[in-house]
Amino acid sequence: MTDETIAGVAGTGADGRPASGDRSARAVIVICLLAVVLAFTALTSLTWGASDASALGLVGEWLFGSTPGNEALSARDAIIVYDIRLPRVILGILIGAALAVSGAVMQGLFRNPLADPGLVGVSSGAGLGAVLIIVLGASVLMPVTALLGTYALPLAAFFGGLLTTIILYNVATRQGRTSIATMLLAGIALGAMAMALTGVMVYMADDRQLRDLTFWQLGSLAGATWIKIAAAGPIIVLALAVTPFLAKGLNALSLGEATAAHLGVPVQRLKYIAIVSVSAAIGASVAVSGGIGFIGIVVPHLLRLAIGPDNRYLLPASALLGASLLLLADAVSRTIVAPAELPIGIITAAVGGPFFLWILLRNRSVIDL
Amino acid sequence: MLEARQVSVSIGAKRIVNDIDFTVRPGELAAIVGPNGSGKTTFLKALTGELSYSGSISLNGKDISALKPWQAASMRAVLPQSTALSFPFTVREIVKLGVTGGRSGALAGEDDRLPDRALARVDLEGFAGRFYQELSGGEQQRVQLARVLCQVWAPVLDGKPRYLFLDEPVSSLDIKHQLIIMNIARDFARRGGAVVAILHDLNLTAMYADSIAVMHRGCLAAMGAPQDVLSDDLIERVFGCRLRVGALPAANVPFVLPQSAVG
Repeated sequence: MTDETIAGVAGTGADGRPASGDRSARAVIVICLLAVVLAFTALTSLTWGASDASALGLVGEWLFGSTPGNEALSARDAIIVYDIRLPRVILGILIGAALAVSGAVMQGLFRNPLADPGLVGVSSGAGLGAVLIIVLGASVLMPVTALLGTYALPLAAFFGGLLTTIILYNVATRQGRTSIATMLLAGIALGAMAMALTGVMVYMADDRQLRDLTFWQLGSLAGATWIKIAAAGPIIVLALAVTPFLAKGLNALSLGEATAAHLGVPVQRLKYIAIVSVSAAIGASVAVSGGIGFIGIVVPHLLRLAIGPDNRYLLPASALLGASLLLLADAVSRTIVAPAELPIGIITAAVGGPFFLWILLRNRSVIDL
Repeated sequence: MLEARQVSVSIGAKRIVNDIDFTVRPGELAAIVGPNGSGKTTFLKALTGELSYSGSISLNGKDISALKPWQAASMRAVLPQSTALSFPFTVREIVKLGVTGGRSGALAGEDDRLPDRALARVDLEGFAGRFYQELSGGEQQRVQLARVLCQVWAPVLDGKPRYLFLDEPVSSLDIKHQLIIMNIARDFARRGGAVVAILHDLNLTAMYADSIAVMHRGCLAAMGAPQDVLSDDLIERVFGCRLRVGALPAANVPFVLPQSAVG
């Protein structure tokens, strides 16, 4: 559904660009459409499942209050919707938006459409931080978990992601130029190092921790609770709220760091804020939902085809489409092998992998390693 | 006024630019010439604050190292030698980036029309909807110049001159567009701004520059008006090439000088 919407809009101009070269009007339309799509997807997700509360009834109840004897939901259904499905939908929206926007920001920062937190090891670094807390939280890292409570996990993932991004940026960037080859290879190396340490942790884990780890590593929105939202939500919302202020600077940055500076962009501060917000968003997402891949590369890429690379529109559009796609993937993960659940990370990888190959094939002549 | 005093630039242990004094007054087009590797671009990067330097550089009496990025952006614009682009922007989107941080100085409400007017000035009318990456090298260079012009559309802002720094603005252009671009630069200076341009074509330099700075092995070999600077001796010493200024080729060999342009 979402993909059709985009293709339909992109088709309005000859090969996707108006003669004036100004795509802002179309971008606004696409963003409005995506907002509608997200509202629809979220409502559908709320009502989709074993209990059959109708979406319309729910909306009516929210708007006009419930009339006694005519509630849209029975007491049992209300628990299912408000305590199980609603947190899951909210978490899905937060994480989908975080993954897609982080991808877009990182691509702007590295000036490369292939930069993605999952591909270049940032998610692995965040994962390592999370695993350290899961396995050592009750022993060596006891003081940390005691001090930070539910925030220990997302914060540990944040610092893991932050450290990886900083190392990656410094390795891959020389005199203001980021080498894509160095970046991808450094990402592989950093990812491998993080995976090795994660492996050590898995080796040390006891049975209960092992089950936690396995589920978490596959990536899933199952287990979404209000507590998890309270822990990760504020970090993600804060990180995402910063990104609109980066948009103009990231646009200028696509001309190179020197030119961005000449245009009046405080480049060092921009890079610093971008790295911290991406790490925060990815860290918090990885901490609660594990490794969900490819949203960060697929979503911005599709949107650049539809509305162009202007980050003022690309970032909000990515948030909306990322949220919709993740909710869609989650709906599939809940229903495809019902009553069991397929981890959502498997679905995004199964769809995202071939898509990524398609991007590579299309850009074979352009991507200069 | 642009004033550089005893500017030196080192990259690693190697000193690329050595102790240069350089002044450009409002209304002037100053050309920097010199052989490849003589430090022209490095010196220009020091003037624009891109590279760290020793010595002092000031624009309108303000030390450039003390300027915030947006302050510098509203005083001067910079055209780099080449610009690689990572995302599929249209020409209009690129040109509009010129008004990212500084102040164009155009009349209120005219900012929206600036991209079209700037594109018309660089002879790229009707190119706004094209993708930047589809253009030829010369066309891309002119798109970048249009972006730079948007940034400092008015050569004088708040009664103070503004500056254009151009690194080889015409090196990839045909003769017609070389003349168009050099006329834009001269016009910018005549209307009260100042232009610093790295050039390779000595004839074009002699035709347009108010002053020429000749660089040789990181040092300033000469600076002054074209008729004072361009001499047989200097050219042989700096370029290592025995040429005679003003000598005509044999009668049957055609030659075309930009100076012969009519109108």
